[in-house]
Amino acid sequence: MPDARVIPLHGTDRPVPANSAARPRIEQVPPAGQEERETGQQPDWERRLADLLAFLRRRVSGEYQVDEFGFDRELTDNVLMPLLRPLYEKWFRVETIGLHNVPSDSGALLVANHSGTLPMDAVMTAYAVHEHHPANRHLRMLGADLVFRLPMISSLARKTGQTLACSPDAERLLRGGDLVGVWPEGFKGIGKPFKDRYKLQRFGRGGFVSAALRTGTPIIPVSIVGAEEIYPKIGEIKLIARLFGLPYFPVTPLFPHLGLLGAVPLPSKWYIEFGEPIRTDEFEPSAADDPMLVFNLTDQVRETIQQSLYRLLTQRRNVFLG
Amino acid sequence: MAPTVVLVTGVSRFLGGHLAARLAANPAIERVLGVDTVPPPRDLLRRMGRAEFVRADIRNPLITKVIASAKVDTVVHASVTANPAGPTGRTAMKEMNVIGTMQLLAACQRSPLVRKLVVKSTSAVYGASSRDPAMFTEEMAPKDLPPSGYAKDAVEVEGYVRGFGRRRPDVDVTTLRFTNFIGPRIDTVLTRYFALPVVPTVLGYDARMQLLHSEDALAVVERATLHDLAGTYNVGGDGVLMLSQAIRRAGRVALPVPSMAVPVVGRVVRSARLVDFSPDQMRFLNFGRVVDTTRLKRDFGFAPRWTTTQAFDDYVSGRALRPVFDPDSLVAAERGILDLAARLPIR
Repeated sequence: MPDARVIPLHGTDRPVPANSAARPRIEQVPPAGQEERETGQQPDWERRLADLLAFLRRRVSGEYQVDEFGFDRELTDNVLMPLLRPLYEKWFRVETIGLHNVPSDSGALLVANHSGTLPMDAVMTAYAVHEHHPANRHLRMLGADLVFRLPMISSLARKTGQTLACSPDAERLLRGGDLVGVWPEGFKGIGKPFKDRYKLQRFGRGGFVSAALRTGTPIIPVSIVGAEEIYPKIGEIKLIARLFGLPYFPVTPLFPHLGLLGAVPLPSKWYIEFGEPIRTDEFEPSAADDPMLVFNLTDQVRETIQQSLYRLLTQRRNVFLG
Repeated sequence: MAPTVVLVTGVSRFLGGHLAARLAANPAIERVLGVDTVPPPRDLLRRMGRAEFVRADIRNPLITKVIASAKVDTVVHASVTANPAGPTGRTAMKEMNVIGTMQLLAACQRSPLVRKLVVKSTSAVYGASSRDPAMFTEEMAPKDLPPSGYAKDAVEVEGYVRGFGRRRPDVDVTTLRFTNFIGPRIDTVLTRYFALPVVPTVLGYDARMQLLHSEDALAVVERATLHDLAGTYNVGGDGVLMLSQAIRRAGRVALPVPSMAVPVVGRVVRSARLVDFSPDQMRFLNFGRVVDTTRLKRDFGFAPRWTTTQAFDDYVSGRALRPVFDPDSLVAAERGILDLAARLPIR
């Protein structure tokens, strides 16, 4: 049997991830009669079919690996990421700026503004880092309690590499050299009314800064423009929110009175800017216990993101055309 | 200091029984006493060789006499269990776990000869909830204290053990927090669960499971008994299996049940005497649990020989579970389709 080839399921134009050695072992059943045929002569569709079948067989027989956080790399790379491509490329036409600020092989904490009623900004940032960064890195995001309480959402979040926003998990990921994404505004940011768009809310309690200080990993401020306009939240229905235990139930110009049609996000043009890394390894790890330093760093990160948001907004001429 | 006279509780069960057998085979140990309320099964008794079986209830003060008269210096408390003896055994199980531990510790405290105490505990003391960190280290406390059942028993047992440690600082206390056992030789709630032809799961949730091969568990208790390794250690295999993945590896079919219907299904499964799940075990199947075993490897000096996946595969092949989806037939089907594709005229 020849050595297993790693062929991306969807599209051959994508480079093979650098960390492909860490991927689960890929077995391949040699196609019938391969001996008398050169591999090069094999039609493309047939090779894809072989890959697809091998993939399906591995899924059905459980022959894949997940990490301690429940991250299913194979499923994410082969099924979920490709599903996001049309949304990223065609619908929001996301443009990234400064992706070179994201390190290729070490840990970093990406801190971004949160908006858009649904965490589409998080999903798009993860896609940008995975598909457009030369090292095809996975962004491991820290989610709110609610995400892990909801059925379906919780298991999807775990499978795509997300974990609960708590310092043990953040530090474990950062120490392991992962890219960690955090949206410190939380529900205050994502659920803010449309009139407050691009106004950064309070940045939690600065837990993310402590985690970065303890692990000595850089903080990369990320500014996302465009996500505020996808579901302009002009009101909310408190009763329904309370009924389902949700932080808010949004009313947008199209939702809920247009039903599912109202759940289609508006096609705003997006920009995601990855700023200059803020180093934390110059401080002692014990600096994490100095609240004043933590507050100052938190403010510095917040101010940086706010300023780049204003700059990006002045450069934008049209919400939908950019 | 190597032990001379060892008392093992719970010898009619897997861990206690096989530990007694291993210790009996060790010539450095003078005497091995096994205690349980019911005699061990015959094959286990045969394995135990020169180990002496004492039919006693650790809830009874008689245990004090056993410990004193036999000059026991090492006590291995392996009888705390998650598997109730029968459909009505849950109250008895709690009594056995909690009151039994209290009595046993009282007896140990009385005897000045006792030097070492090894307690089989469980990682269930961390609970299972949606607000859990991805991995528990030994210092972490549960987010939601387990409200009932085995997990609560274990929390209480550990509380009494800590109290004992304070009152007798001269005794080396080793607390081992095991993840769920799996293996071809052991019978637990989980091994019965995966043997069901259709495995009920909670709809919309997929638990992360960390398992420990029963042979590794034995080796860990044996090491704790023979060496002085005081402290609390998480014990689990490396790596993680998702519940859905484990079901697929076992060739079973998952039956996702909406969480509202879970108690009903649990009752049906229990009354059919298939698997007796307690509420905290159901929470485990909902959210899962993973523990950090760095301390086990670094301080205790033990690396499990089986990973979670290997242990599970060993259980599947050892039990000869007949898969609903046979991997070989999957490969055959795959080959068939490719063969067909190769013969299609569109080339």
